[in-house]
Amino acid sequence: MNKCTERIYNGIIKENPTFILMLGMCPTLAVTTSAINGLGMGLSTTVVLVMSNMLISLLRNIIPDKVRVPAFIVVVASFVTIVQFLVQGFIPSLYDSLGIYIPLIVVNCIILGRAESYASKNPVVPSIFDGIGMGLGFTVGLTCIGIVREILGAGQIFGAQVLPLAENGGLGYTPITIFVLAPGAFFVLACLVAIMNVVRAKAEKKGKPLPAAQGCLAGDCASCGQSGMCTGKRNTASEKKENA
Amino acid sequence: MKELIIIAIGSAIVNNVVLSQFLGLCPFLGVSKKVNTAAGMGGAVIFVLTLASLVTSIIYKFILYPKYDYLQTIVFILVIAALVQFVEMFLKKAMPPLYNALGVYLPLITTNCAVLGVALKNVQNDYSILSGVVNGFATAVGFTIAIVIMAGIREKIEYNNIPNAFKGSAIVLVTAGLMAIAFFGFSGVI
Repeated sequence: MNKCTERIYNGIIKENPTFILMLGMCPTLAVTTSAINGLGMGLSTTVVLVMSNMLISLLRNIIPDKVRVPAFIVVVASFVTIVQFLVQGFIPSLYDSLGIYIPLIVVNCIILGRAESYASKNPVVPSIFDGIGMGLGFTVGLTCIGIVREILGAGQIFGAQVLPLAENGGLGYTPITIFVLAPGAFFVLACLVAIMNVVRAKAEKKGKPLPAAQGCLAGDCASCGQSGMCTGKRNTASEKKENA
Repeated sequence: MKELIIIAIGSAIVNNVVLSQFLGLCPFLGVSKKVNTAAGMGGAVIFVLTLASLVTSIIYKFILYPKYDYLQTIVFILVIAALVQFVEMFLKKAMPPLYNALGVYLPLITTNCAVLGVALKNVQNDYSILSGVVNGFATAVGFTIAIVIMAGIREKIEYNNIPNAFKGSAIVLVTAGLMAIAFFGFSGVI
């Protein structure tokens, strides 16, 4: 497998940011009220991720190491602003439903994390494909969670009624509305984490452990990407590596 | 005055920043193991969020608006990052007791999405500088309420028998979901 397809496979399956690495949980919870919102958010993030990976990889030898995090943030914020205006101009309905979460892509830990751990160390083409892979992996994750919440909460997928609703006393599905509201997001994510815990335990028994979860759910700041700026980090993962 | 009270109650309780807007989830899950540390984190968030909404509101009103408002995301994130660093240095020099209480938590807030979220919300809702500051303060109070309650519950959860799969962050998320349902009850208040 050549390097580019390997990066895409890695992003979508092997190190899927939502299911395996558990990164970027704020947008995951906030925008997955329907499949279409999840898809839109995922694709917006993918565009930002690809563009910022490309530019950061191009500039990786120019940016001094000491100011790299602020420099990355400026690059990411510029692309987020561009994407924000594009979505606002061309897909106003999506812009209305995602609202404040589009500018908040800036603080999504996937983007700074990839900039820090991949794009700032690798040549341009693999970095672009890494961005595509990770972005599509995030999109798949958000869309799946969105589909689950939409089916349970409204009996729909992408706005099309798949489960006939119970009306006028007839047989049918009664939507569990809480799943499209805020509390449902927590329950769906809790089940996802529990399922992944079981999968992880099984994979470990087989002797093929999955990559460790990163981000806030793992209680470890080291992989956050923003940790370069953060002096209060609990650097457990890298400490473990040094000890080993 | 009435408007300010509505903004305050709205962002502290009804639209709680963590439980209904999902901003600042990382510290909410990461620093909620003990009530003491949770309260410290809450204090630091109140301090930074109030200050950040004041500074970003002023910058938006007097510098960015109306000509350069497309720069808001870039300017806000840089201003917030710089501000937190300055606050940390200032507190270390000028107010050591306060620094000892809040200092550890300050860097954790630098790129917390709640701070940027509040700054953007102030702009989006066309708040005046005063309303913006009240909104920032109330949002942070809402965060503190949520994280302290969560820490209290987590201290008790430690002693319970939890199914293996749900150990760790899964049970915390279930708890957060139940808290979100409880906070949902406030939505009739305003």
